Amino acid sequence: MTTIYSAKKIITMNPARPEATHVAVRDGRILGAGSLAELEGWGDYTLDERFAEKVIMPGLVEGHSHAMEGTLWRYTYVGYFDRMDPNGKVWSGLDGIEGVLDRLREADAAMEDPDAPLPGWSLDPIYFNNERVTREDLDKVSTTRPVGIMHASGHILNVNSKALEMAGLMKTGLNNPGVPLGKDGLPTGELKGPDVMTPVGIHVGFDRDMLACDEQGLVDFAKLCVRSGVTTATDLAARLPDEAVDMMSRVTARENFPTRIVPLRFHHGVTPEELIAHVLELKKKTSDRLRLGMIKVVVDGSIQGFSARMRWPGYYNGAENGLWYISPEHLKQIINSSLENNIHIHTHTNGDEATELVLDCMEEGLLKHPSRDHRFTLQHCQLADTAQFRRMSKLGMCVNLFANHHFYWGDEHYNLTVGPERAERMNACATALENDVPMAIHSDAPITPLGPLFTAWCAVNRLTASGRTQGETEKIDVDEALYAITLGAAYTLKLDGEVGSIETGKRADFAILEDDPESIGGENLKDVRVWGTVQDGRIFPASEL
Amino acid sequence: MPVTVIGGYLGSGKTTLVNHLLRNADGRRLAILVNEFGELPIDADLIEADDGDVISLTGGCVCCSYGNDLMMALMDMAKMEPRPDHIILESSGVALPGAIAGSVSLLNDYSLDGILVLTDAETVQERANDKYMADTILRQLQDANIILLNKIDLISDDKKAALNDWLQEKTQSATIIHTQNSVVPIEIALQSFEHDGGFSADRSTHSTSQFETKFFALNNSIDVKALAEELAEVPEIVRAKGFVQNEDGVLKTLQLVGQRFEITPAPNEVEAGIVVIGMKPLPELKTLAATG
Ligand SMILES: [Zn+2]
Repeated sequence: MTTIYSAKKIITMNPARPEATHVAVRDGRILGAGSLAELEGWGDYTLDERFAEKVIMPGLVEGHSHAMEGTLWRYTYVGYFDRMDPNGKVWSGLDGIEGVLDRLREADAAMEDPDAPLPGWSLDPIYFNNERVTREDLDKVSTTRPVGIMHASGHILNVNSKALEMAGLMKTGLNNPGVPLGKDGLPTGELKGPDVMTPVGIHVGFDRDMLACDEQGLVDFAKLCVRSGVTTATDLAARLPDEAVDMMSRVTARENFPTRIVPLRFHHGVTPEELIAHVLELKKKTSDRLRLGMIKVVVDGSIQGFSARMRWPGYYNGAENGLWYISPEHLKQIINSSLENNIHIHTHTNGDEATELVLDCMEEGLLKHPSRDHRFTLQHCQLADTAQFRRMSKLGMCVNLFANHHFYWGDEHYNLTVGPERAERMNACATALENDVPMAIHSDAPITPLGPLFTAWCAVNRLTASGRTQGETEKIDVDEALYAITLGAAYTLKLDGEVGSIETGKRADFAILEDDPESIGGENLKDVRVWGTVQDGRIFPASEL
Repeated sequence: MPVTVIGGYLGSGKTTLVNHLLRNADGRRLAILVNEFGELPIDADLIEADDGDVISLTGGCVCCSYGNDLMMALMDMAKMEPRPDHIILESSGVALPGAIAGSVSLLNDYSLDGILVLTDAETVQERANDKYMADTILRQLQDANIILLNKIDLISDDKKAALNDWLQEKTQSATIIHTQNSVVPIEIALQSFEHDGGFSADRSTHSTSQFETKFFALNNSIDVKALAEELAEVPEIVRAKGFVQNEDGVLKTLQLVGQRFEITPAPNEVEAGIVVIGMKPLPELKTLAATG
């Protein structure tokens, strides 16, 4: 059974025939892209003209996201920017504390159980002139139920008095830098850092399983994928216990599940030996729409949380250097065993010292275990300098840069964390490409919204939220950005032979667009409208999710 | 429940110490929290039952792993029946024990007794010069109440003295104990150090990168209350403590936490001076600078 789709334009990402008018699909795979006359040679077919006025691109690939974004949408969104939920409703951005409180009050009024927790997410006070939300503010929402809002960065939580009471922290005499105190000696309700957030977080709905997405969360995450043109997305990362893997296998196997999910096993909490053994077991459970068997190693923290590991001269504001989340010995052991067992690793490094450590360990590991096609990928890798990109290139590494960070926190990096010069080289897409480092760009959803076309816009324009261009020389052009969100990202997952371009033999994974990203102009890339997706030949209109 | 945090880099003897303490628990029901169940963290003959998440040990002791969520593991442990007598929290080789201690102190079921940091006499100085690990090692030393200079039998007497001096210089005020095979009396290892709710708990600030500490020697007298009110208005300041000569010439103790402060008579034989701890960058504190 062959279907030939006509389109206004098909962007193939196949340099041999970059554009086509028709694509033929059989059994969920691409027979070919070209003219109708060329494709008719495949035999009997049905001509489907539903996309005749649309632009078709290869299904977009998000190389660094977290399926937890699906779960978060069950909580109240209080971010500064407009953002679309899994059901297509656009929640307007809130530009002040009053707006945040109003939205929380609405949520409060809609809840039946007066004691149930009310969690909100994506608060970002840097857009409110850094005015902080206090316990007293949130008490205006409710004094009977615990209320808590997570900052967009994920590093800070603001709660009301009830939540503090439930955690036993509504008292004086506390002495922890993560718990600021008010005039009355009581906590202001702001909680900084994961260890401080956890004991209160569980009372406001941010519990232990939040990071591990649940069944509904995974279904909702997939809806967001369809709405943003994504057909393959990573879940980076999770502990992946058997129950979670069984659930994900079951859900992704459903006939109407629209996304290929690639979950990576988080390194924390097990020894290197156990990690390798677990991932080898996971590999056996891999399926068409659930690709298992990769590892994510977290090496340091975040730049805006001042927990990233920086080389000299460190943070611009003089903050002490950040934290290691793994010892060099363990990192080497994981890299060596993975090279030996042909396991694919992605490493999280934000600061340039963390990146340097990974490069050193890779250099050493590859001498012992030469591997021609390991494609180990540096994730975020926000501060790498040119010399480090040169090393990545020599070592055969890939990079997935956090292009969205520029827009959301670029001003903060410029003024506070790394200072002007290094802020301009952050997420150096042009340098990566100049040095032939295979490159992807990402959203890290839910930290920033899932949407590769928006991410491409960020990499092309390098605008900050205040409207400054930051790092003119690191801009890339539209073609390069579109490559990064398709074949570029697919390459970092070793899926480039299956997805990322529209050519014979590949999966019939398409992003169906209302506008042409190649002609709309780089400054408008983020405004390209997404109709929906085709995944393995199955059609998913966003309007019918 | 009292908690002792055990820190130190890989290979410094943490596992050996934990096993030594278990063998000498002497009726204490110890609960051991480890980052991960490695190549067993506990000697086989001490294990009674292993049901995955919790390993039951002889003498009513237990061992659990906390993976990437220490706070959750502690909250779970608080529900354990019967309650352990003492929690020993083994931090990972790259963790900063002071930061862990600061977190533990937020949980109502727990109180921090002390921080013990192990060092490998043969390698500690080398590690403290390591390209990547140097500052982590030094911050671990600064966090300690007790430092075990372990594997002391492996170095010469000359080196011992020099190493001891070097350690003394690197730590704040820790007691340094020379050990072989992590052997230390349990009463010493698990002793309680005074945490007056005041300064000692500020060791957590040594470990958090967003804070800085400034010291001002105050040579001139000043209106202490006015100074306190001024400091309380600086949002970056988290804490301040010191001795200030009041306008009337009397030395006072000033303690400030957030926007609250307390002024009390100063003890005898202390010198004027104040330590200010706050978010980086601390703004210029003109009054203090002028007084010093
Ligand atoms: Zn991430």
